[in-house]
Amino acid sequence: MAEIHLKNIAHSYTATPTTPEDYALKALDHVWEDGGAYALLGPSGCGKTTLLNIISGLLTPSKGQVLFGDEDVTTRDTAHRNIAQVFQFPVIYDTMTVRGNLEFPLKNRGLNQTAIDARVEEIAAMLGLTERLQERASNLSADAKQIISLGRGLVRSDVNAILFDEPLTVIDPHKKWELRSKLKELHRQFGFTMVYVTHDQTEALTFADKVVVMYEGEVVQIGTPEELFETPAHTFVGYFIGSPGMNILRATVEGRTATIGKSKIPLSIDYGILGSSGIEIGIRPEFLKLTEGDMATVNAVEDLGRHKIVRLTFEGHNIAALLPECENVPTGSVGLAFDPARTLVYADSHLTKGAN
Amino acid sequence: MVALELDHITVKANDEPWLTDVSARFEPGVFNVLLGPTLAGKTTLLRVMAGLDAPTSGALSLHGKDLTGVPVKKRSIAFVYQQFINYPSLSVYDNIASPLKVAGGAKAQISARVEKIAELLSITPMLNRKPLELSGGQQQRVALARALVKEADLVLLDEPLANLDYKLREELRAELPKLFAETGSVVVYATTEPEEALMLGGHITLMHEGRIIQDGPTPNVYREPENLLAARTFSDPPLNSVGAHMKAGEIRLVGLTEGTKAPAGLADGAYQIGFRAHHLRINKPAGPALAVKAKIAVTEITGSESFIHVDALSERWTALTHGVHPYAAGEQVILYIDPGDCLFFGPDGKRVEAR
Repeated sequence: MAEIHLKNIAHSYTATPTTPEDYALKALDHVWEDGGAYALLGPSGCGKTTLLNIISGLLTPSKGQVLFGDEDVTTRDTAHRNIAQVFQFPVIYDTMTVRGNLEFPLKNRGLNQTAIDARVEEIAAMLGLTERLQERASNLSADAKQIISLGRGLVRSDVNAILFDEPLTVIDPHKKWELRSKLKELHRQFGFTMVYVTHDQTEALTFADKVVVMYEGEVVQIGTPEELFETPAHTFVGYFIGSPGMNILRATVEGRTATIGKSKIPLSIDYGILGSSGIEIGIRPEFLKLTEGDMATVNAVEDLGRHKIVRLTFEGHNIAALLPECENVPTGSVGLAFDPARTLVYADSHLTKGAN
Repeated sequence: MVALELDHITVKANDEPWLTDVSARFEPGVFNVLLGPTLAGKTTLLRVMAGLDAPTSGALSLHGKDLTGVPVKKRSIAFVYQQFINYPSLSVYDNIASPLKVAGGAKAQISARVEKIAELLSITPMLNRKPLELSGGQQQRVALARALVKEADLVLLDEPLANLDYKLREELRAELPKLFAETGSVVVYATTEPEEALMLGGHITLMHEGRIIQDGPTPNVYREPENLLAARTFSDPPLNSVGAHMKAGEIRLVGLTEGTKAPAGLADGAYQIGFRAHHLRINKPAGPALAVKAKIAVTEITGSESFIHVDALSERWTALTHGVHPYAAGEQVILYIDPGDCLFFGPDGKRVEAR
């Protein structure tokens, strides 16, 4: 195992890129720590698959180097990078048994049969496949096949990294829980470097120690789930993480007050005077409380079981607030209480701390 | 009354039952959700409704008219699948207009309708492009627009959002019930995800192994499942459960010596209790509570919430709680259950109502 250093890389699918828009992946310098669990999260077209393909060796970046430990592997193909990959759909040999499939990557590495058996049985036990080792793979359901694909990815203990590309797409929701916690347990036990690509925020946030959020070819924030939730560095992160996403409202900010239409919102720090264009405030639905008053109008309430989403109109904006399961929902006009410590200010989409 | 009625529908393939004795009624003006895991029979049921598969026995009717033997072509239906299906060689405009052209509408009318629907689905700027030039979310909007424009009697949606990005799904989930509410069509939407079903609201039909296990208004079915199977089907994360004994107004979990005050109205005896992940608490609630020692298996943190998977009383449970709680694997904790949050199931699996 080794740390992976993406050194000043960038990638364009056009032969002679001229403008920043020509780059599917904009300039990036990042070290994936040895043994870290990372998720690459973003909407389709954000560049996350490009980034994964650069790590795996399917793509050579137009600029920069890929280092595994001290070794430069930039021009090496996938087979010579010593990595394991798990894809969106099962990749297994239908003619082999479950055992045969799990053994295959180890046999290729020339391990002796005793070591192979021990390892295969360990992985099979972990994935609940022990009883099925002798079954022929072709008879299994799609999600059982995908579990074997996961097993094949995890079976080698000498890989530099394991790369997962949306591995749980074909799995039933109930099973997803189980497999996600299994992957997490496996990561804890074996300390592989894992990179997991997904567009699903729950999957990314629950799997990873560090989440890399991508937007339009750029990494907009790398952080723990807590950091992404509490202090999004970019309005896109605020919108994309959280369900519903952060309420982002155009405002003017002076000192400790934000003004939206006729409403004044208190802020926790003194921002001085911020330029009048491109200033927005962001508050998560979780930190917006409904009170008595007539600042906003309730449009709809969605009962999600463990909490309710209240949809409101406030100064011409559509916003959302979250209420606990047992709380009653007011109708018509309501007041809004913004938690000052949780009300953030953005200038040209980037988080700003103002003067202090 | 305009409604789709299914009367004792059974479908068998090679003697294997795919649907067993399905009777149900789907009304227009309500968003009808079919919820169940894969292989529960949702797609088969939709195909029977569409006329793509014939029932082995039973009948179905729309507007009180028997539909059972009517071929697909003669039925007024729109079907949207998980995979985006559009005509690749036609522009987005022509894709949406195609059902109206087939029906032989006047050109001006067709264009007015197409433009209105395109506006509703925010695809107006793409009307002159080809479907394959669009993102997945936009392609599925085109397929949905074609289903909407048709104003079919019956609109069938089979996991239409499953292949879309998370955020797009969130937006379309909020929009879809509103879009279809005003059409007068009978709308049936199949999903495997309990959370999606809750967001869509409306009327829910729970399915399991080819049978209907419960139906009713979505929030009611969520809070008052008729039996353990229905409660399990409609829980994500999975329902936590354990055996319990009720005696003289006290509830005690199997494997624990200490009990607490039971909710009123429950007879003495053995029960299976079920409680959802957000009702397994890390802090002691104010009222009566059962305290259970648990060992942390894994903690998953989303930033706003923590999913804490634990082993307790020989069961695997999940607690879902607000905030960030990074418990380490192997750590021993005490978790609390308020009996007032619990669902009680008798030995036959049926839910027993507490007062």
